[in-house]
Amino acid sequence: MAQAQTQGYYVPHGSHWPIVGSVALFTLMIGFANLLNGASVGATLMALGAALLIVMLFGWFGTVIRESLSGMYNEQVDRSFRWGMFWFIFSEVMFFGAFFGALFYVRFFALPWLSGEGHGILTNHELWQGWQAIWPVAANGPEAIGGKYEIIDPWGVPALNTLILLSSGVTVTWAHWGLKEGKRSHLIWGLVATVALGVLFLILQLKEYMHGIHELNLTLSSGIYGSLFYMLTGFHGMHVTLGVTMLTVILIRAIKGHFRPDNHFAFEAVAWYWHFVDVVWLGLFIFVYWL
Amino acid sequence: MSSATAHEAHHEEHPSGIMRWITTTNHKDIGTLYLWFAFIMLFIGGAMALVIRAELFQPGLQFVDPQFFNSMTTMHALIMIFGAVMPAFTGLANWLIPMMIGAPDMALPRMNNWSFWILPFAFAILLSTLFMEGGAPAGGWTLYPPLTLQTGHALPFMILSIHMMGLSSIMGAINIVATILNMRAPGMTLMKMPLFVWTWLITGYLLIAVMPVLAGAVTMLLTDKFFGTSFFNAAGGGDPVMFQHIFWFFGHPEVYILILPSFGVISSIVPTFARKPLFGYSSMVYATASIAFLSFIVWAHHMFTVGMPLSGELFFMFATMLIAVPTGVKVFNWVATMWKGALTFETPMLFALGFIIMFTIGGFSGLMLAIAPADFQYHDSYFVVAHFHYVLVPGSVFAIIAAVYYWLPKWTGHMYNERLGKIHFWLSTIFVNLTFFPMHFVGLAGMPRRIPDYALQFADYNALSSIGAFGFGFSQLLFLYIVLQTVRGGAKAGDRVWEGADGLEWTLPSPPPYHSFTTPPAVR
Ligand SMILES: [Cu+2]
Repeated sequence: MAQAQTQGYYVPHGSHWPIVGSVALFTLMIGFANLLNGASVGATLMALGAALLIVMLFGWFGTVIRESLSGMYNEQVDRSFRWGMFWFIFSEVMFFGAFFGALFYVRFFALPWLSGEGHGILTNHELWQGWQAIWPVAANGPEAIGGKYEIIDPWGVPALNTLILLSSGVTVTWAHWGLKEGKRSHLIWGLVATVALGVLFLILQLKEYMHGIHELNLTLSSGIYGSLFYMLTGFHGMHVTLGVTMLTVILIRAIKGHFRPDNHFAFEAVAWYWHFVDVVWLGLFIFVYWL
Repeated sequence: MSSATAHEAHHEEHPSGIMRWITTTNHKDIGTLYLWFAFIMLFIGGAMALVIRAELFQPGLQFVDPQFFNSMTTMHALIMIFGAVMPAFTGLANWLIPMMIGAPDMALPRMNNWSFWILPFAFAILLSTLFMEGGAPAGGWTLYPPLTLQTGHALPFMILSIHMMGLSSIMGAINIVATILNMRAPGMTLMKMPLFVWTWLITGYLLIAVMPVLAGAVTMLLTDKFFGTSFFNAAGGGDPVMFQHIFWFFGHPEVYILILPSFGVISSIVPTFARKPLFGYSSMVYATASIAFLSFIVWAHHMFTVGMPLSGELFFMFATMLIAVPTGVKVFNWVATMWKGALTFETPMLFALGFIIMFTIGGFSGLMLAIAPADFQYHDSYFVVAHFHYVLVPGSVFAIIAAVYYWLPKWTGHMYNERLGKIHFWLSTIFVNLTFFPMHFVGLAGMPRRIPDYALQFADYNALSSIGAFGFGFSQLLFLYIVLQTVRGGAKAGDRVWEGADGLEWTLPSPPPYHSFTTPPAVR
């Protein structure tokens, strides 16, 4: 039987995890919407939905890991996973693309027009005479929404964070070499270093947020600058959190000895994801913090 | 081979009853679920259209208040686009692609189940907004701020339901693309794939590229409303027009997501009933790819009147007109396929011919709208409504109906009732034109869209449109009857079903086995 399954393409039986996921997502979304509308059940529903979602993820991935370890997946199944992960990352790139697009549109069109350039000349003259957008220090609009703010110095913590994420890209590659050469400790310590660097990045980023909010008066409501700054770095931070979580899972699986030098798609998928998060950060560092 | 049979037997243990459908990982079951879901949504969205047409039957306010009228136009669009046409095409993809490329199933069967089962929950949320304080969303399906931000309690529900629909579409598209790239039988090279598979490969790519952009746009709406951001607020340095740019960067490729799989369907049906191979196969592939490429650089043709530098107006005008070239290639190839063919006119062919003629009408009115200076006259008028309904109803919807008639005998093992099918075609075609053709005239004469009342001079044409809409809506009950009748019984269908049909799906029995090809077929 087991042999039969290694030959054909493995098509699983029915699975109840997707419907659990749908119910979880439904509860989570209903909860979030209620919370935003100020209904008291919102938070409870959200917590319930999130808990169920976590149960689903454990159950679903647990099943996949068990099937993978028992050798049910042939090379073709492996390729399906690879394509799946590749296109998933592409969709994530496009999601960030929407926010980067907003950043460039605001800097090259919206703010200059509000300042009276081009066809914005009358708007500026009639509504906000004399207002000039200065990126990044006075880009919270003609009504200075959120009040005066200062920006985070790119050459302090953000530069350090760049170094940290780039190094973590190196350590994860180093771990991959270890895996391919069958050197277990090499693999495990490489992953430990990557997870540690990821966590360090998140701690520094949180401290920098606190610094921005409490000392620089830079908040999510600091006009368009604050909106773009926190949404872009915030979504990136969420992706780093997800990446660190996945790396931790991979680390535990590496310790358990799940990976073989010639068969370790899960490791590679997470490594791809980690590099993607890395590249997004470079874009952020250059276009949000620096230029 | 014996191992394959063991494999097969192993999977025959699937549960029965409702749990079969909830837990299924089978591409045919999931395809059926998608198609029935789309059918139900077609009737719900259609009922909303009939509320609109009932109100517009006469000038003055008759049945509904303007706010509810606007909810109906908004919800009708959201339901028809995300609930009816997109799931219907995904359903066709699920049923057909594994059979067409010689695969046992989809590449990622569990995720396939999840892609579908998110949808009923997402639409339950969207439909529940009808009963909320402040009513259902009424700012138009394009969700422009600041108007959309005035939605009542429904706003976060609508936005989060769109997130769920997006998640479902992205996962569905990833699965389809992975299936096409990885599950083809040996010998099934890319340039041997049926055009339905090709058009879906490109549609899948478009979906993965632009659904996340929509997610980003609606997320910005949500944070502008609830978290104090200023993306679309000029006072804070943002720009409401920026929403339109982001939205239409999604929105224009989206219209190709709604039409490209139809091109695939028509390219399958026309050769069968002309009994000739498709004319210009490779040019069809390249035309589809160029349409997809161009779809990313034309979005601002939806925004000519919104305020844009002249260079922008010109660029988007010319880029848009370029799309007529690959689209013209397609229409030419379909006509050339029929040229000197031994034509017969079974129901699928009738709907395909209806598609070619009426989609072309919609394409030409699109070309008119692409001309920026002329668009200043047409913008936001019923001419626009006429245009996109011509490409979507006798376009996409006719292609879906044609596909159902064409492959239903394969799916069920029974022939549908040809006489009733022909009646369904003629009723649909007459009424769809009665509904939408007069809209060109009232639009050119200046009747604005999304308005429950109108000036007296538009009364006659509006009455005709309303009669047409009710006729078209009720004709679809006949379609439902024909489908149910075919599912339950009827003349046995052979494996090939149509004598001129070509492709791997026709080498399987009708209905096909639970797993399509457990061993890969030989491809010529
Ligand atoms: Cu468009």
